[in-house]
Amino acid sequence: MKITDKEVDYVALLGRLHLEPEEKTKYRAQLDDILKYMDKLGEVPTDHVEPMAGTVELYTPMREDVVRPSLSIEEALSNAPARTGTSFRVPKVIE
Amino acid sequence: MLELYEKTAIELGELLRTRQVASVEVTRSMLARIEATEEKLHSFVTVTPELALEMAAEADRRISAGTAGPLTGIPIAIKDNMCVKGLRASCASRILANFVAPYDATVVRRIRDAGMVILGTTNMDEFAMGSSTETSYWGPTRNPWHLDMIPGGSSGGSAASVAAGQAVVSLGSDTGGSIRLPASFCSVTGIKPTYGSVSRYGLVAYASSLDQIGPIARDATDLALMLNLLCGHDPMDSTSVPMEHPDFTSFLGKPIKGMTLGLPREFYSHLDDPDVSRVMADARKVFEGLGVSFVELSLPHLDYGIAAYYIIAPSEASSNLARYDGVKYGHRAENFDGMIDMYCRTRAEGFGAEVKRRIMLGTYALSSGYYDAYYLKAAKIRTLITEDFKSAFQTCDAILCPVAPTPPFKIGEKIDDPIQMYLTDVFTIPVNMAGLPGMSIPGGFSSTGLPVGLQLIAPHFAESRLVQLASAFQAETDHHLKRPPL
Repeated sequence: MKITDKEVDYVALLGRLHLEPEEKTKYRAQLDDILKYMDKLGEVPTDHVEPMAGTVELYTPMREDVVRPSLSIEEALSNAPARTGTSFRVPKVIE
Repeated sequence: MLELYEKTAIELGELLRTRQVASVEVTRSMLARIEATEEKLHSFVTVTPELALEMAAEADRRISAGTAGPLTGIPIAIKDNMCVKGLRASCASRILANFVAPYDATVVRRIRDAGMVILGTTNMDEFAMGSSTETSYWGPTRNPWHLDMIPGGSSGGSAASVAAGQAVVSLGSDTGGSIRLPASFCSVTGIKPTYGSVSRYGLVAYASSLDQIGPIARDATDLALMLNLLCGHDPMDSTSVPMEHPDFTSFLGKPIKGMTLGLPREFYSHLDDPDVSRVMADARKVFEGLGVSFVELSLPHLDYGIAAYYIIAPSEASSNLARYDGVKYGHRAENFDGMIDMYCRTRAEGFGAEVKRRIMLGTYALSSGYYDAYYLKAAKIRTLITEDFKSAFQTCDAILCPVAPTPPFKIGEKIDDPIQMYLTDVFTIPVNMAGLPGMSIPGGFSSTGLPVGLQLIAPHFAESRLVQLASAFQAETDHHLKRPPL
């Protein structure tokens, strides 16, 4: 196996996903198959190849420093699962 | 005599401007067609009859006032991952099941400014991750040509709705083939424009370096009208390219004599489906008759496209989808123990199996110790794929190849075998990796009556050449005129 149970737990935590035991078993097997398939990339020599992150040449566009309309507080909060007044409400972070 | 819902945008535009028909009548015809066929197909996530009729009435006022454009009053369906202010944009996911867009995507603003009529939002694979429209939280869309078959994905609802006459045109998005594959499987015409041609502002991100919005229509003429509307720079999307786009309609009906089409050896040696091979051979004959010559060429890294894509796209997705945390919008779990557990349970409940799989894969590929072996390696392969295309276009004007290795497959057939599902996109993925424009046009049917599409690929920003080739092909063939028996 290319991926261990411990790695599945670690990756799930990094990705903020709670997995049930049967999901862990399923994902471990599927990720293992997929990663085995990825092995074929090793066949290609790439030592002198530059990596590429995107296909357009990015530049830093400049614009006038003027105030423009944006979402109102009500609009920004309109999809919040929980709110208090004009704020998003979240569970207690500091114990 | 064709029903209104069977007509193309150019035909309806003529009827509207000469006042032979009103947009409200056209819109009613589409809504009735949706009503009659939607139970079978399930192309839509949300149908918006009131909004549509309101927009149609406004379009009719514009036509009376003489301020109408070529697309005023034409009904359109929009993929459920684009923001239409006031409408739900769920991305076919439980996590956004109640998300109402607070603003318009740039493409939607352009659609409103043109006076088009929004019919609703279309079904898709969850977060556009899939090739079959089966991973939708709302259930699968069915292929209008054969209800047991998948329509292709991820823009399955957008393609099925146009094929079935539920919408005149639609918008899809394409990250690895998600416009071209369903267009091929539903026998409609669709284009993924060059990366940077069409603004992505207001498109819910899946893999930002690959995602591109594009139109789906019945033929190249309607696609040209839509490209005129959609292409152009947008200050709200820093990857949209500031350049002048041509009038795409000026390439319709233009001769293609003397053009050279490239046939990549690796694409054709992959083909073992007799129907797809026959359709490709027939297409070649049509183009030959139009004075096109062919050159065989090589894209040596084709075989590595899928492996590289399934590292790059999930990596970008794992980062993009980190925003679904149950705080700002979307679903939040009810029972949890502390902040981290709230995130984990919210996301476990909100995302479906394929989305979780890709988040896991992308997180793994980017995690420390694996970055060089996976993400960096894939990013280098991406350079090689792009260079392959660059040298290919030294010898040809465009590339002719299949969209998919097979005709549409059965619902359920590949859903539990991720790699088999991923392989469906072997011919479309390299185009996204290189950021090129790619078009899917109806090429014919399998022996069992299932659609098979052709793919045309052009150099960066040469969409006009694809329009020209497709328009010439469609003047000689009638595959695009056939409608599914519903």
